[in-house]
Amino acid sequence: MPEQPFEPGRAIAGTGAGGAMDLATTEAETLERTPGGPLGTGPAAKPRSLWSDAWRDLRRNPVFIISALVILFLVVISLWPSLIASGSPLKCDLSKAQEGSQPGAPFGYDGQGCNVYTRTVYGARTSVTVGVCATLGVALLGSVLGGLAGFFGGGWDAILSRITDIFFAIPVVLGGLVLLSVVTSNTVWPVIGFMVLLGWPQICRIARGSVITAKQNDYVQAARALGASNSRILLRHIAPNAVAPVIVVATIALGTYIALEATLSYLGVGLKPPSVSWGIDISAASPYIRNAPHALLWPSGALALTVLAFIMLGDAVRDALDPKLR
Amino acid sequence: MVDEVVERRRVEPILEVSGLVKYYPLTQGILIKKQIGAVKAVDGVDFVLNKGETLGIVGESGCGKSTVAKMLVNLERPTAGFIKYKGEDITRLSGRALKTVRRNIQMVFQDPYTSLNPRMTVGDIIGEPYEIHPEAAPKGDRRRRVQELLDVVGLNPEYINRYPHQFSGGQRQRIGIARGLALRPEVIVADEPVSALDVSVQAQVINLLDRLQNDFDLSYVFIAHDLSIVRHISDRVGVMYLGRIVEIGRDKEIYDHPTHPYTQALLSAVPVPDPEAREHRERIILSGDVPSPTDIPSGCRFRTRCWKAQERCAVEVPLLAVPAAFRLTSGPAAHDSACHFAEEKRVVPPEEPLDDLGDGGV
Amino acid sequence: MLLEVRDLHVEFRTRDGVAHAVNGVSYAVDAGETLAVLGESGSGKSVTAQAVMGILDMPPGRIGGGEILFQGRDLLKLKEEERRKIRGAGMAMIFQDALSALNPVLSVGDQLGEMFVVHRGMSRKDARARAVELMDRVRIPGAAQRVRDYPHQFSGGMRQRIMIAMALALEPALIIADEPTTALDVTVQAQVMDLLAELQREYHMGLILITHDLGVVADVADRIAVMYAGRIVESAPVHDIYKAPAHPYTRGLLDSIPRLDQKGQELYAIKGLPPNLMDIPPGCAFNPRCPMAQDVCRTDEPPLYEVDPHRGSACHFWRECLHG
Repeated sequence: MPEQPFEPGRAIAGTGAGGAMDLATTEAETLERTPGGPLGTGPAAKPRSLWSDAWRDLRRNPVFIISALVILFLVVISLWPSLIASGSPLKCDLSKAQEGSQPGAPFGYDGQGCNVYTRTVYGARTSVTVGVCATLGVALLGSVLGGLAGFFGGGWDAILSRITDIFFAIPVVLGGLVLLSVVTSNTVWPVIGFMVLLGWPQICRIARGSVITAKQNDYVQAARALGASNSRILLRHIAPNAVAPVIVVATIALGTYIALEATLSYLGVGLKPPSVSWGIDISAASPYIRNAPHALLWPSGALALTVLAFIMLGDAVRDALDPKLR
Repeated sequence: MVDEVVERRRVEPILEVSGLVKYYPLTQGILIKKQIGAVKAVDGVDFVLNKGETLGIVGESGCGKSTVAKMLVNLERPTAGFIKYKGEDITRLSGRALKTVRRNIQMVFQDPYTSLNPRMTVGDIIGEPYEIHPEAAPKGDRRRRVQELLDVVGLNPEYINRYPHQFSGGQRQRIGIARGLALRPEVIVADEPVSALDVSVQAQVINLLDRLQNDFDLSYVFIAHDLSIVRHISDRVGVMYLGRIVEIGRDKEIYDHPTHPYTQALLSAVPVPDPEAREHRERIILSGDVPSPTDIPSGCRFRTRCWKAQERCAVEVPLLAVPAAFRLTSGPAAHDSACHFAEEKRVVPPEEPLDDLGDGGV
Repeated sequence: MLLEVRDLHVEFRTRDGVAHAVNGVSYAVDAGETLAVLGESGSGKSVTAQAVMGILDMPPGRIGGGEILFQGRDLLKLKEEERRKIRGAGMAMIFQDALSALNPVLSVGDQLGEMFVVHRGMSRKDARARAVELMDRVRIPGAAQRVRDYPHQFSGGMRQRIMIAMALALEPALIIADEPTTALDVTVQAQVMDLLAELQREYHMGLILITHDLGVVADVADRIAVMYAGRIVESAPVHDIYKAPAHPYTRGLLDSIPRLDQKGQELYAIKGLPPNLMDIPPGCAFNPRCPMAQDVCRTDEPPLYEVDPHRGSACHFWRECLHG
C-alpha cells in the first residue's frame, strides 16, 4: 500500500463535519509536553469518551429531545395507564356507540360504544411491549450470530449468509398471515416470536459487516500481538466499536415492529379482541369511517406518532454516533 | 575502528530468520473454494537481528516488508521457514509458550489513528498488556506503571484518563510506543512508525525511539519506505524487492557502497534536500512498475526492470551472498548482494567530497 | 504575472468555533516557473490552492478577503459560470490520490475525452483520438489499447500519469499539483516528477507544487513559499533557502529531516506541535516553538520583511537567523 502522510488540512477542506472533528482534536495539543520542552500550561481538558461526545451532541439536538419526550411519555403510560385514563378499556356501552367528544371521553366512543381515549391509552402498552421485546430479541440474536460470523469467518459465515438471504426473501405480512393464523394463544408472545424469527437476519447482516470493519483496525492486531484471547478481543475491542450501527438500526426497527404489530392485528392474525391494541381498534373502526372518523383517527394518530418518534430517535442517534454520515 | 568495537559487543543474535515464506492462496468459488494461485508476499527471507542493534528493512509498497513484520510478532503464520528467538523456533508455538514469547517481541504500528482503540482511555490502552499478562505487574502497581510509561514517552502522566481522539498524531504514536514498552520487551518491531506523521513531529518520535533503545536495551526491526529515516536509525539495512531481501549489510555498506542495481536505483531516486545536488547527481530512473507478486519473474526477480539484465538473469536465481567479485576483498563492498553482475556504484553524493568517507559523517 | 494571490484569508466554521486556515497569504507564479508551497498538515497550503482553483467547500469554508489575480482578472469577482470556464482550460489541478480523483465507472479514455467534448465541442471519435495522443505523451505504454481500461486497472504511477494527462488536456497556463507524488513509491515518484517537469518546460506552464517534502522541492522548484499556521513565513529562491534559511521554522524543518548522505546521532526536533487553528497564538504564530523567540514575538505579528529584493521572511530576527 502506498504510504500517505496524514493530512488534517485535507479534512478541514473536506466535509464540514469531518473538519470539525479534526479541529476539535487539536484542543489537547496545546498542552503538549515534548522531551526537553516545558510542561504544558492552560486549562486541563477533561477526558471525553466518544460516548460522552455523542451524548453531548444528542442533548443539543431538538429532534432527539422531542422524540425522547414522546417515547418517555409512551413508556410511562404503558406502565401506568391509570395515571391519565380512568375506567377499563373493556367496559363498553353500546348505547354510546359512535358518540363524539364529551366529558369523560375526550376522543368520543367507537362503534361498540367503547371509550376511544381509554382504549388508545391502554393500547400503548401492547405496542411498546411488542416493540421493545421484539427489538431486544432481534438485536440479541442478530448481533450474536452476526458478530460471531463476522469475527470467525469461514464456513459458518458462508452458511449463515445464505440463510439470511433466504429470510430476506420471505414477505413479512404474508409470512405473518400464514404462521400466525395457526396460533391460538391470544397474547403478545407469538407476535413477538414471529418478529424475532423474521427480523434477526437484518441485524445479523449489520452486525457482521460492522464487526468485519472493526476487526481490520490495527488496534485489534495490537491486542492480538499482546496475546489477547479471542473473547477479550471481541468484547473489549470489537464490540464497543461495532455496536453503534446495531443500536441505530435497532431503534429504527423498533418503530417498524410497532407498525407491524398493528398491521397483523388489523389483519386479524396478531392480537385479537378482547386484547387491546391500536391495530384492533383501527380494524374495528374502519367500517364506520364515514359516521365516526374520530374512532379511527385517534388510534391511527397514536400509532403514527409512536413510529415516527422511534424513527426520529434512530436518526438522531445515528447523527450523534457517526457525525461523518451527516 | 569504533565500528568494530561496537560489532564485537553486539554479536549475540536475538532473532534469526531463515527461509521465511508467506503465500496467500488465491481462491475461486463461494462455498467450495478452489486454489487458482498464490500471492507470494514473502518468498524466502533470511536475516539475523543482534542484541541491541537496529535492523532497517526498506522496500517499496508490496515488497513484503510489512508481512515480515507481522510474522515476527506472530500475527501471521509463515507458510515455510522459521523465526528463532534466542535459539527457539517461535513460528509453531501456541498457548502459554506463545504468550511468553509475545511478552518479549512487541510491535509499533504505522497508523496512530487506527492502532489505538477509540473507546478506551489512554490508561486502559497502555495498561492492557498487564491485564493480558497479569504476572508482569501486580494489580495495585499498574496505574503507577502506566503513568511512568507516559512520562517515559514524553507525555503528561495526568493524561491517563483521556481518550485517543484528544491527542494529535505524534502524541498517539507515543501512546502506541508506551503500550509496546509496557511488558519490557527485548525486541520491538516498528512498521513504518513515523510515515504518517508531519516532518517536525517525525524527528521527535525518531529521537524518542533512539533514546528508548539505549534506556531499555532494545533491539529494533525498523521497517520503512523512507531510506533517509532508515539510514538515520539503523545499524544494518536490508533492501527488499518482491518478497526477498536483495541486499543486506551495515548502513555504510548499503548507502555508500551499494552493489545491487535495485538498491542503487532506489537510493538515486530519493530526493535530496539540497538544490545544488540537482545538477551533479546521477539519477537512475527505473522503467515500469513492480511485477505482480502472483506472477514473479523467473531467475532474478528484478530483471524486468534492470538495465543490466542478461540471459543468465532469467534462468539462474542469484543467491544472497557476497558477490564473487568482492569475495577476496575486505572493503565495504564485500557484503551480501543477490546479483549476478554486482558492481559498486556510488549514488549518494558524499556530504563533503574531500572528507574521509570512513567516519560515515555526523 | 500569471497568477498573483494577494492577502488571501480563508476560514472554516465548525461546531467548536472558527478555524483560521489561511491568514493573509500572498504569492505569485509566472509562466514557466515552479513555485513550491511547503508546509505541514494544517498549514493552509492545500486550502490556499483550493481557493485559487475555486473548489473550496463553501460552507463550511468562507473567503474572508483578498484577491486572486489570474492573467490580470480577479477570480473572486467572477461569476461561477466564468470561473468554471477557467478551470480546466486556464488552470488545472493534480491531486494526491489519483484513484479517488478519477471516476471508477468510466474508462480513462472517456474521462480524458470528456474534456474535449465539453470544453472544445469535439465529436466522441476525435476526442478519443486526442485521449490516446495524451496518454502517449505522458508515456503510458500501449496507449491505443489501454484507452478502454478503467482506473483500477492501472498501477498507482500510471494513474498519476493519467491525472497529469487530464490536467494537460486543454493546455492550461497554470497547473496546481497537490502532493502529486506523496502516495507513490520513490522509484515511481522520480518517474512522475521528471515527467511533470519536462511537460512544464515543453508547455511553458506555471506550476504550483504543494508538498511537505523538502527533498522533492529541492529537486524541482525555482521558488519556495514556506507556510505555517495559514501564513507565509518565508519566501525565497530555492538555492538561497537551503543555503541559509531566514526563518527559524524553515531552519528547524531543514535540520529535522534525516538525510541520506549523513548519519547523525540525534535529529534536531522542533519542540511542540503546530498551533490550533482556532486559537492561533498572538504575535508570531511560531513563537511557542521558536528557539529564538523574544518578548516582541509574543506581542507583535511580524510582517514579511524584505531580506533582499527576491526574498522575504516573517521573522523579527531574520538577520540573526540568516547569519546564525
